Amino acid sequence: MELTDIIVKFILVFIIFAISLVIAMYSTYAERKIAAFFQDRIGPNRAGPWGILQPLADGGKMFLKEEIIPTNASAFLFIAGPSLAIMTACIGSAVIPWGQKLTIGSHVIDLQVADINVGVLYIFGVVSLGVYGVMIGGWASNNKYSLLGAIRAASQNISYEISMGLSIIALLMVTGTLSLRQIAEQQHSWHWNILYQPLGFLLFIICAFAETNRTPFDLPECETELVGGYHTEYSSMKLGFYLFSEYINMFISSAVMATLYWGGYNYPGMDWVLAHTGPAIGPLIGTAVLFAKIFLFIFFFMWVRWTIPRFRYDQLMDLGWKILIPLAIANIVITGIVITLIK
Amino acid sequence: MEPLSNKRKVIEQKPLNFLERAYLPAIVQGLAITMKHFFRKPVTISYPEEKREFSENFRGMHSLKRDEDGRERCTACGLCALSCPAEAITMIAAERKPGEENLYREEKYAAVYEINMLRCIFCGLCEEACPKEAIYLDGDIVPADYLRKDLIYGKDKLVEAPLNQKISFIPLPNSF
Amino acid sequence: MNTFYFIAFLSIFFSILVITAKNPVHSILYLILTFFTFTIHYILLNAQFLAIVNFIVYMGAILVLFLYTLMLINLNKESEPAKSNLVKIAGVIGGCCFLVTIIASLKALGASPAVVLKDPSLGLVKNLGKVLFNEYLLPFEISSVLLLSAMVGAVLLATKEPKTT
Repeated sequence: MELTDIIVKFILVFIIFAISLVIAMYSTYAERKIAAFFQDRIGPNRAGPWGILQPLADGGKMFLKEEIIPTNASAFLFIAGPSLAIMTACIGSAVIPWGQKLTIGSHVIDLQVADINVGVLYIFGVVSLGVYGVMIGGWASNNKYSLLGAIRAASQNISYEISMGLSIIALLMVTGTLSLRQIAEQQHSWHWNILYQPLGFLLFIICAFAETNRTPFDLPECETELVGGYHTEYSSMKLGFYLFSEYINMFISSAVMATLYWGGYNYPGMDWVLAHTGPAIGPLIGTAVLFAKIFLFIFFFMWVRWTIPRFRYDQLMDLGWKILIPLAIANIVITGIVITLIK
Repeated sequence: MEPLSNKRKVIEQKPLNFLERAYLPAIVQGLAITMKHFFRKPVTISYPEEKREFSENFRGMHSLKRDEDGRERCTACGLCALSCPAEAITMIAAERKPGEENLYREEKYAAVYEINMLRCIFCGLCEEACPKEAIYLDGDIVPADYLRKDLIYGKDKLVEAPLNQKISFIPLPNSF
Repeated sequence: MNTFYFIAFLSIFFSILVITAKNPVHSILYLILTFFTFTIHYILLNAQFLAIVNFIVYMGAILVLFLYTLMLINLNKESEPAKSNLVKIAGVIGGCCFLVTIIASLKALGASPAVVLKDPSLGLVKNLGKVLFNEYLLPFEISSVLLLSAMVGAVLLATKEPKTT
């Protein structure tokens, strides 16, 4: 690898981190604004025009608040919890292809940090690691409610990871590869995987809701039963990190869903556009399309949050084990039969 | 038991059919409902900038009235203080000196007239007790303040402005 | 090679911490780190699939369950069974015997030459899948049946028997 390549990768990593943090910041704003619109309200509108500076005000508040570490908490793990949560949230973006290869002059820039050939499994691994931040934080707080939140998070994540994995298997049978770059390239123009795997996508999105701890599956932070769930004892930026990691997770899982099922950076008529704009600008339009899809998914996450009430714990487990897993297995069987018949 | 009114409705619980158990149609329906609200006009009134109109019998801040010649009507009889269920009103009476006839209508007037706005419950009994039609609760909402002592309103805030210089004497705080 | 020695040192360091940590939850956390170093070992061996599966299955699922149960059963000093001196002495002697055996066997066998893979990209998903489902199909299927029977057995043990009256 040449030095210029390393520098380009470094800049790419930096840009992706910056984008995911900015999107997480503005997701908090969007969440409040969208919640307001769904409830016939106005939402935050005092900081800057239309309240556009609200995330900055919130961030400043978070940084300036007093840090509290409970006396009987294990201090190292108490700090490690939120750090781990935000770290695992951020590293998921490494394998997502953000666009086609960009050609500027003689340079070819790959808009993907690492094209590893087990990309889907990498995402899966990062997701399964995400629960440690919640568990360690909840346990280290030395608080019953936090511990209960942590335990709920652990059991929920493990249960839904299984059906998530099974729903991906059906997708992998269609694509025949684990590399996200190749999966994205296969969906050229309008051949999106959603057309071949509608049931798989439905299962995947339900599991994505559960994995990111979003309503209707936000039992780990269920206010009515557990005060604040695993982050009951957290204050200032450590709490901020937990909230941030939730939004970054939402962003990454939206990106994964867009890439796996909704064509990634592909859109109908992309060849024509690419031929007319040249290899330096054309791929960027694809990137814009990908981000449009991501924003739609983030909006959908919020839309569902302000529509559906929270599940009860036994309902959550019933749904995960008795409905989603059998459906996912049926989906695999059906996909297998169809593939064999076509061949 | 025999139903006393015919309003009782017997609800029969049918077992859910497949679509109802699948839960997804209900979710889609709910999403449609929230989406309808998304495009609805917000009902919020952003308070300090916009104000909702008060109803006719709204009881807000008190004002001590003047008569047609601009003289204070209050004669410090103390009936308002007596009628006040929250004991919010106190006053000190004084005798009108010669030469002050253009200021006070009666021979006795209130030198000090204080209403504790933290105690006042805005019931309007003072208004009804007043024989001189001197006090009315026709003002705005009493603004908040930081100190308790600043919420005991004296005559400077209560007495209506003189006739020739009508100004709104309830300044809104600049910061909200 | 230096990377290997560094990671190997970390693995051993963390695994010693696993057995010396006083708090069982800390011990599990060190175990997670140990498994993480194993993942890095697999990546150094160019066995990407094995690395990521180790990552998902061990770090992401099994150790989460370990942590989950340990958090629930609340181990502390009071619930620890008292160990008599006899048990401790027996443990030390047993450990020493094991150490002597290992050293002796190492000396007897000597260092084996480094194994060189004929195909360095064997660990990639495609190659591994082809090998598993062609050459080693029978052992693979048998092990899957074994896992299935273990699962069925666990379910049978967990469900209560209906009362025979």
